[in-house]
Amino acid sequence: MASNQADIGPYGERSLAELVNQEQEIIGIPSRTREVALKAGLAFMLVLAMAFIALPVVALFLRSPLDTTLRSLHDPVVIDALRLSLTTSTITTITVVIMGTPIAYVSARFQYFGKELADSLIDLPVIMPPAVAGIALLVAFGRMGIVGHYLNGMGISIAFTTLAVIIAQVFVSSPFYIRQARTSFEDVDLAFENAARTLGASRVYTFFHVIIPIAMNGLISGAIMAFARSLGEFGATIMFAGNFQGRTQTMPLAIYTAMQGDLDVSLCLAIILVAFSFIVIFLVKTLTRRRVHKNAGN
Amino acid sequence: MLEIDIRKKLRDYSLEVKLSVARGEILMLVGDNGCGKTTLLNIVAGLQDADDGRIALDGRPIYDSALKTNIPAEARNIGYVFQSYALFPHMSVYDNVAFGLRTRSHSKNEIGLLVKDYLEAAGLWEIRKAKAVNVSGGQKQRIALARALIIEPDLLLLDEPLSALDVRRQAQMRKELRETIHACNVPCIIVTHDLRDVACIGDRACLLEKGKIVLTGGAEDVMSWGAGLPLVGSKSQVAPNDFGEAGAA
Repeated sequence: MASNQADIGPYGERSLAELVNQEQEIIGIPSRTREVALKAGLAFMLVLAMAFIALPVVALFLRSPLDTTLRSLHDPVVIDALRLSLTTSTITTITVVIMGTPIAYVSARFQYFGKELADSLIDLPVIMPPAVAGIALLVAFGRMGIVGHYLNGMGISIAFTTLAVIIAQVFVSSPFYIRQARTSFEDVDLAFENAARTLGASRVYTFFHVIIPIAMNGLISGAIMAFARSLGEFGATIMFAGNFQGRTQTMPLAIYTAMQGDLDVSLCLAIILVAFSFIVIFLVKTLTRRRVHKNAGN
Repeated sequence: MLEIDIRKKLRDYSLEVKLSVARGEILMLVGDNGCGKTTLLNIVAGLQDADDGRIALDGRPIYDSALKTNIPAEARNIGYVFQSYALFPHMSVYDNVAFGLRTRSHSKNEIGLLVKDYLEAAGLWEIRKAKAVNVSGGQKQRIALARALIIEPDLLLLDEPLSALDVRRQAQMRKELRETIHACNVPCIIVTHDLRDVACIGDRACLLEKGKIVLTGGAEDVMSWGAGLPLVGSKSQVAPNDFGEAGAA
């Protein structure tokens, strides 16, 4: 008994270790098998998901004849659509960033009456089908719309103009930026703002010199999301702005129009759109690469 | 001279504090977590509002509910070292220290000279270009202090300035902190829950419990408050050599 106790040690650590070993021997093989099976299952699901996303993109490139794609870059329809898409999406993104940044900050930092309602309203375009958004914009800003009616009286017509394309894009893409910006501002520790204020910085100075730089990564991600959403916008644009070459026919609308005549042309347009989107997003990410800053204290 | 006499209703209790701190004096504010220490500092700094009362600095009210005076935080000229230091992570050590001067529109030359002085005095000049997030805990503490001192504040507030440091570094920093603060000759309040900080840094100490000052006395009297006090740094936790240091200081 005494020798047994000496072997085990005063706190029973050896017997505990033996128990653990025993347990591992008993459950060892089945648990290892389970782990391997789990990993294999997860790997399979990952490959499946990747294939599901990659396959259509790969198919697009495989099916598009390269010479036709390059030739179509000189086609006036393509040039007009590409120019219009890049211009309107850039203006939209700048508008969304300028308008959305203060809204996102207020939403992240302040409590006010009707905040829940305001936040829900900001997110509404995400769940609203683009075609519905298009009709809604038409009945608001169209010639007979509730606001458009008065604007028309002043000689201002919005519907079926390039401005309508931008309005449609701002409407559908703003939540993508505001949601991301709101989260980024929420992540900025309040202590940074307080420190800046005790050092003599006004709220505006603090916002531009402390809060914005710390939240910058998230703001850039949000702007890229909004740009990508604008570039791909179709439903609201065709309903509210129409489909006029050089004026309202953006790349997605040109793809749709070309598809009704020649699938090859439509495929080429699609390739060009994918390539340009990728280049723009890649450039923005590369040029603005920064480190993530969350908390200076830790 | 800093005079505080304020009241604020908090969720579980009322913060009711009346105290004064003389020029060049370090007052240690001790108490459990959630007793209202940081709230009191924030009220003095103007980051939170009191319900009523008066705060005056050298006779000049910075908050007075009767006179409806409430000078905003950015105009109070108070040096505040936050618990997490709150160093701006996107800025270099240099830019962090220069921040308070830039908001005051000092000339570039003046900023350059002052920042160099403060960084050299704190032994930080060599790392001036490093990002503030990439330096050690002790260096962060020095940067935060230099950033608060360079604006030549009328009052210093330090919230648990040593809690983010390891124990060995804390002992070294206590003496350094005391000397640096005394050299400024302004009223200073340091919040802590560690009795070693009180004994080694402070001139006077107040014990805050559920928003009220229940004990006050010289920093050296803290030990006589008894081990029964609900403090983290109880009698048994105070290392004898720390008191030697306090005695020397």
